[in-house]
Amino acid sequence: MSEAQPPPPSAPAEPAPRDHPSPVRSGLAVGLAVGPAGIAFGTAATTAGLDVWQTCVLSLLAFTGASQFALIGVVAGGGSPLWGGVGALLLGARNTLYGLRLADLLQARGPLRRLVAAHGVIDETTAVAIAQPDPKSARTAFAVTYATLFALWNATTALGAVAADRIGDPDAFGLDAVGPAIFLALLWPQLTEGGTRLRVALGGAAILLATTAFLPPGVPVLLAAAAAAVPVAAQALRTAGARPSDGNGDERDRP
Amino acid sequence: MTLWIAIVGTAVGCYLLKLAGLSAPRALLDHPVVAHFAAIVPVALLAALVAQQAVTSGPSFDFDLPRLAGLAAAVAALLLRAPFLVVLLAAAAVAAGLRLLGLG
Repeated sequence: MSEAQPPPPSAPAEPAPRDHPSPVRSGLAVGLAVGPAGIAFGTAATTAGLDVWQTCVLSLLAFTGASQFALIGVVAGGGSPLWGGVGALLLGARNTLYGLRLADLLQARGPLRRLVAAHGVIDETTAVAIAQPDPKSARTAFAVTYATLFALWNATTALGAVAADRIGDPDAFGLDAVGPAIFLALLWPQLTEGGTRLRVALGGAAILLATTAFLPPGVPVLLAAAAAAVPVAAQALRTAGARPSDGNGDERDRP
Repeated sequence: MTLWIAIVGTAVGCYLLKLAGLSAPRALLDHPVVAHFAAIVPVALLAALVAQQAVTSGPSFDFDLPRLAGLAAAVAALLLRAPFLVVLLAAAAVAAGLRLLGLG
């Protein structure tokens, strides 16, 4: 629970600059706030008919919450598990786009490091990493979020699977409001700057709201990537045109 | 058995999707258009995720009062420049508090 969180011992003594919370502290906070959602997954998975092993294997090896919920949702509804798997992969496809960004930010050297880091490329780790002011903090933030969330998500999945009927609903603690609050808080400094990033964020949210009613789960979020393609295409056209670039290229130097 | 196949397929597929982005070739990542897109695409995806988690549940819209009030509390905390943890606590406390009162 986030309420019970002690101050992280390894947080730097000097406060981080105003808009950038310390990478260790934000990583721990996100891990501790999102991790308990594993209880909901463990409970839902065993209720859907998975055994404890199947439930725990999914959290350990898939380790991307939305996809896991998609699979068990189809199974719970009596659909073919294979179609559930297709839905899970649609939801997992956005992690590929995160990876494009994190490849530069993490600079994972050597095949082994990259194989280990890849498993941690999910919404939460990306959100914490891109909120950092420099690549070094981004790497720390990614590692702390990944480690905390992986440990807690798997522990609480097992707990939920084994003791499904003896544990209350995590939503009673408001964790469903904490989920979007985390992503909003991490994006906030970029949004209050205004400009391209604010328009991209608003565009992404608008695409999701406009398409949710018509498309299968996972597709609206993927489609939101189109909001990022608009300024990129505009910039590319300007660069390719006769006029010189007006200097928006600094976007890609940011973490 | 079909269930196990789906579980292993999901796990392997999800991992390969993650690995694919992280292993994109250097030449691709260094292309200015790809680099620009990669830099801002998480903003679009995460903003969409905020909208999704705020007002949907599964495949349909779901306007849950305690959840929305919790998110509004987070926005208020952000506007007041509250620290990250305070923002999260505000969201949790308001949503949990309203549920305790029997709303939603």
